[in-house]
Amino acid sequence: MNKRSMDINALTIDSARSMVESRRLSAVELAEAHYSEISSRDGTIGSFLTLTRGRALAQAERIDRLAEKGDPLPPLAGVPVAIKDVLMTRGDRTTAGSRFLDKFIAPYDATSVEKLEAAGAVCLGKLNCDEFAMGSSNENSAFFPVHNPRDTTRVPGGSSGGSAAAVAAGFAVATLGSDTGGSIRQPAAFCGVVGLMPTYGRVSRYGLIAFASSLDHVGPLTRTVKDSATLLEVIAGRDPHDSTSADVPVGKYSEECGREVKGLRIGIPKEYFGEGLDPEIREAIERRIDGLREAGCEIVNVSLPHTEYAIPVYYIVATAEASANLARFDGVRYTARSPQTKTLADMYRRSRDEGFGAEVKRRIILGTYALSAGYYDAYYLKAQQVRTLLTRDFQNAFTSVDAVITPVTPTVAFKLGEKTDDPMAMYLNDIYTVTANLVGVPGISLPCGNNHEGLPIGIQILGKHFDEATVIRLAHALEQNQQ
Amino acid sequence: MKVTEKDVAYVADLANLELTPDESTRMVADLNSILGHIDKLNELDTSNVEPLAEVVSAFASAERHGSQKFAYAQRPDEVKPGLSRAVALFNAPDTDGTCFKVPKVIER
Repeated sequence: MNKRSMDINALTIDSARSMVESRRLSAVELAEAHYSEISSRDGTIGSFLTLTRGRALAQAERIDRLAEKGDPLPPLAGVPVAIKDVLMTRGDRTTAGSRFLDKFIAPYDATSVEKLEAAGAVCLGKLNCDEFAMGSSNENSAFFPVHNPRDTTRVPGGSSGGSAAAVAAGFAVATLGSDTGGSIRQPAAFCGVVGLMPTYGRVSRYGLIAFASSLDHVGPLTRTVKDSATLLEVIAGRDPHDSTSADVPVGKYSEECGREVKGLRIGIPKEYFGEGLDPEIREAIERRIDGLREAGCEIVNVSLPHTEYAIPVYYIVATAEASANLARFDGVRYTARSPQTKTLADMYRRSRDEGFGAEVKRRIILGTYALSAGYYDAYYLKAQQVRTLLTRDFQNAFTSVDAVITPVTPTVAFKLGEKTDDPMAMYLNDIYTVTANLVGVPGISLPCGNNHEGLPIGIQILGKHFDEATVIRLAHALEQNQQ
Repeated sequence: MKVTEKDVAYVADLANLELTPDESTRMVADLNSILGHIDKLNELDTSNVEPLAEVVSAFASAERHGSQKFAYAQRPDEVKPGLSRAVALFNAPDTDGTCFKVPKVIER
């Protein structure tokens, strides 16, 4: 294979790495081939905010020297990846999609980025996202929206819209995203790629710009289930820099791909298939469930009775945590300060007013309101109590099943501008994804065919805490099943 | 519970945000729409339900009890290198090379 005959949009970790290892193509040539795609086509997609050529080419050259010597290559040797711009990359601009951090240069690497590079990955650049990861359409980016590569009049989903679009468009073999209420899984579904949200604590959050600390997860977006499994093996594990990262052994997730699914018990929660679900999505998912039944899985109807309360709980907990996390953006330490303010209080206010976009302000106000004297019990405490009930729903379901299967989104990708005037309509789009964050269980979104307009449909698998192995095994079986 | 302009002004003050009159009007409408949906939580009796703030101690160390639930987060208290002063100050809008500089804190 040479550069000309290479189908860049079909590359996987294995195929990219083996080209570099066999020296059919150098890591530098592979990176340049991706940069050339980005420069010719990302103008209409908008997935990248910053290209990190220096970083990428230095790493690619290092990999090529290893390959020339015939040294054993690390698991992601030469694989072109890109990073959601909420993760710190030392010496590179890191914006979180916010005006506030337009000129911010990250002083250190996020642990997940450090691990990717230690495994040989080549980081091409930083990916567009909703400001501080707050949004479901990527239209809250302070810089420019991302367009869905499958239909550029539509949103790619959010908040990791750039991460999903870059994989779908052939700009990177894999990307990192973050998921606080669906922000990896929903854009994966809208763009027709695979998105994996690991268990809370499975992947270090060190160097992730915090949105809601008890809900934030770092995870991969890829073209195949196996690639997500491989990336998870690389980025997972206890990190002394993140006290919430779990001290739980990391599995060989890629070896789950191809394992027998016969005998697995799959729960179908009726609350996820009710009113509001696009009938085409329902049919597509039911066909996959039939396929699993034929493969020997036991399909069990289960109930997660508090599901309808998940969105209210989520928008209290997430905004309360965000209002605290975003207090640090005060004009003192992080690049942006409103000019010519006379007093400290004035400087705080004006800097925050100029630095934050409308959705971020809305969430800070809502979160501050929910935490304020007189409302704390009615809103924040109440939401935390219902969070316990949501957790019990899953514990009960998992006594009788190994995993549950649900839709990812109630509809396929919507049009740009369609929901920007109605925040509640935008929030309801997260109805099938937020609960996993509140409960902390792992979830994956993978392609499940297209609707009549050719737009991708996603299917979601949710598993037990720290049981990514079963989630990946099932996801791989579903992926094979549709080919 | 209806949120008023006055409530929004009070909360904006707590959050150190300055809202224009237009932003404030829009915020009142948005907050009432969102809180209207959130009021659904009152359908549930949670008087005997413990609140859940985080999931790690509940699941990553479910078999442990009391303070042992958080044993994974403990480490020896050793001095290790951190960010240098120059790196820590690098992104600040105003410094004197040693400290962050801010406008006057105390007004006469």
